[in-house]
Formats: sequence, structure tokens, C-alpha cells
Amino acid sequence: MRHLLGIDDLGRDGIDEVMALTDSFVEVSRRAIPKVPTLRGRTVAWLFYEDSTRTRLSFETAARRLSADTMNFSVGSSSVKKGESLRDTAQTIQAMGVDAIVVRHASAGVPWQLTRWLDCSVVNAGDGWHEHPTQALLDCYTLRHHLGSLEGRHIAIVGDVKHSRVAGSDVRAFAALGAKVTLVAPPTLLPASLAGWPVEVSHDLDAVLPEADVAYVLRMQLERQHEALVPSLREYTRTYGLTVDRARRLRPDALVMHPGPMNRGIEIAAEVAESSQAVIREQVSNGVAVRMAVLFLLLGSGRPDAHATADPVPTEVPLHG
Amino acid sequence: MDGDDVRRAIRRMAHEVIERNHGVADVVVVGLQTGGVPLAEALATALTEIDGHDVATGALDVAFHRDDVGLRPIMPEAVTDIPVDLTDRIVVLVDDVLFTGRTVRAALDALGGFGRPRAIQLAVMVDRGHRELPIRPDFVGKNLPTRRDELVDVSLDAVLLGELDG
Repeated sequence: MRHLLGIDDLGRDGIDEVMALTDSFVEVSRRAIPKVPTLRGRTVAWLFYEDSTRTRLSFETAARRLSADTMNFSVGSSSVKKGESLRDTAQTIQAMGVDAIVVRHASAGVPWQLTRWLDCSVVNAGDGWHEHPTQALLDCYTLRHHLGSLEGRHIAIVGDVKHSRVAGSDVRAFAALGAKVTLVAPPTLLPASLAGWPVEVSHDLDAVLPEADVAYVLRMQLERQHEALVPSLREYTRTYGLTVDRARRLRPDALVMHPGPMNRGIEIAAEVAESSQAVIREQVSNGVAVRMAVLFLLLGSGRPDAHATADPVPTEVPLHG
Repeated sequence: MDGDDVRRAIRRMAHEVIERNHGVADVVVVGLQTGGVPLAEALATALTEIDGHDVATGALDVAFHRDDVGLRPIMPEAVTDIPVDLTDRIVVLVDDVLFTGRTVRAALDALGGFGRPRAIQLAVMVDRGHRELPIRPDFVGKNLPTRRDELVDVSLDAVLLGELDG
């Protein structure tokens, strides 16, 4: 595996491989000294064009636990402010000798574009409204830990699917592992087209919750909503929020997940987020081990592409591409 | 070696471990994944039978500590499980075959993540030579001089010497 751009690159076998490796890195993370020398001498750089707390810290912790060197880049204090292009910025970072670039960008497709410009590995840490594959992997790992297998399980993904790259990757990953996925959202918060999405759609959260093994609550992406997609946040909470009352409709063994950061009181009630059914903090801690597994597969395993089906072809790159 | 030979060798090594360490009070037996784990369990059982005290047993996977990580497959089923803090304990590392010594070097590195043992000793069922690092076992089931292209297969039932295919 050379790059991790989207879940479809991995397929079911690839997801299984990451999950199995994650077990090993969970064990490493529990040691008194949670560090292995596996990526000694390798350098991983962050190219985050959007704010992030957990993803960036999680990748950084993962890289350090594998003994990789890390190179930080934040747009706010860089030459991007002087108008430097994405291509120049990425190639400048690569020229300093990095082995992998972890990128987050507000535009979908940026990680794919970077693979055409760069020789190093590229990891998608979130592109536009499109994909966030490592989040999906840590979600799968967390679910497998609790449910054993996802085969035949019913996962309800609730809320702002339209703006959610997490949903984009989760739907692909959950479906690849055999789960049934229902998107629960108002029509205005669903993508314009769901063609090719292996999902069912419902607008009635109360009806879906009793049948669900998992209620995966998405964040209302308030910063990405430039139009009035819901009448009001209060109205949204009343209809689609996982309130305390509504959470009672869940089976006692059902799980509640959220990719964070949470808008408490909007898409999820604080009491629900803190309940014993919620595995939200577990998602975060599993994220480190999952990202260790991903970085190891990209930089440490030294094997030829086992699962990468869509290694982008660096064909003739136009001068102004 | 047949199964009886292997069992006798484990028993003898157990006596040597007890003699060297004046009992097993501080001893933790750690098997190297994957071949060393069943031997470590057998050695711990023998130690308990002879000395009368329970002996903590663990398993160590050194894949991420090897200098050739990336050239070898990672076996996810080979887990590390060290049930006790190793600080101030005497760790008896157990492996099936001692060859270049690189696995043991990686194991010494990996053990550092679990505390600071008072001493680390090495028990192997077969020492086949061809060391590439200055590593010497403390307890040996059998010295078996080999050619580099030969294979040694160790189980609790037998030690077999074979030819490398091709």
C-alpha cells in the first residue's frame, strides 16, 4: 500500500488487515513505554489546511509511537498566507525529505491530486465533504471490539450526511464489512445524489432507533452550511437530535458513536454522550492505534501494493496542472 | 530429538534456571513469538513442578523491533502479553532456535518497554550457530551445528533438521 486516499482503495481485505495490525498497536499503546522503533529514520509531515484537534494529534501521537520524525505545518503561519500554491507548498515539504504527507483540505480530491505531484506516500486526513478514511477505520475497529463482526448489523448514521466526509468513508467501510446502513436525515442534509451508496434512507429517527445496533450521530457542520438547510437548530434537535428521551428508544445493548467534535445539546445531548452506551472516547483512543497501523502499512511494511487498487497513475502532468 | 528428548531437555534447563537463580521467586518466563511460546509454557510448568512456586509466564512479539521489519510478514495473531511489571525481576527469555541473534537483540529492545529487569537470561532449545551479534544463550537444550541453508524445526514433540527447499 503506497497511499491511503479512500476506503475503496483498501477493500474488505485491506480493512481486515488494518484491523488485525491495530490489535498489535493497541497492545503497544498499553505498554509502560508505548513506543517501538519501527519507523525510525522516517519523517511524516502534516499538511493541514483546516483546523483539527483529534485527527492531527492522533496522527502525531501515532507517528511518534512508531519513532518517526514529524514535521508540522500550519497554514496560518506559512507561506500559504503569501499566496503559495498547494503544489508548491507540498513539493517544498517533500523536498525536505519526508516519507509521507498527511493532508487535510477543504476541497475534495486534494489528496488524489497530491499523489500526481509527489513521490512520497499521501494519507487523506479529510478532504472536503468526501472522505476521511482513518476515521472510518477507527470506527470499524471500535465497532468490532464491541460487536465482534459487523456482518448483518444495522447502523444508523444520523444527521448532516451531506457535509460529512466521515459519513462518506463510514458508509463505504461499514458496507464493505457487511453491515446494513440507514442514513437518517432531513432531505436538505443528504447529498444531492445517493447513486451508488449502499444505504437505505429514512427521515424518521424514532422509527429507526429501536432496530439499530448503532446510532452514529454526525456533527452538524455549522461552518460548512452557507444556507438555511434546517428551519432552526432547535427544530433540528427536536426532529433529529439524539436527546435523552429519544435515546431511550435504543436497545440497551446499542452503541452511540460520534466522530467529534460534538455540538452538545444540538445533535447529541450531553447526558447521552456521557452514557454507558456511548463509545465516543474509545473511538478517539482507538484512533491512535489505527493510525499507527496505517503509517506502518505505508512506511514500515516494505511490501508491494497488496490492496491498493487505485494507485493513481502519474501520467503526463501538465505544466500548469 | 524426539518428544522424550525435548521434555528431558526442558526439565534439565528448568533445573539449571533454579540453580542459577537460587529458586524461582523473582523469575518471569517470557516466550518469543511464535516458536518460543509453547516452550516457555513447558519450562514454566517444569519450574513450578520442581520448585513448588507458580512462575509468571508471558509472550513477546518482537516484529516491530526487528531491524528487518518490512522484509518479514507481520503475524497479527502473534501477540505480546507480559502479565507482570518486569522491574527488578529475572526474565528468562525462551526461544526455539538461536541462529543469527537478531531476534534476541530485538527482544532485549522490546523488553525495555515493560520495565527494567534485574537480569535477562536466554534459554533456547536449539543453538544452531551462525551468530551475527555478540549474543550467547544461558541455557541450551541442544547444540546443533548446522549449515546456513539447513532448516531447524522445533516443537514439543521433536526437533527436526531439514534442507532448505530449492
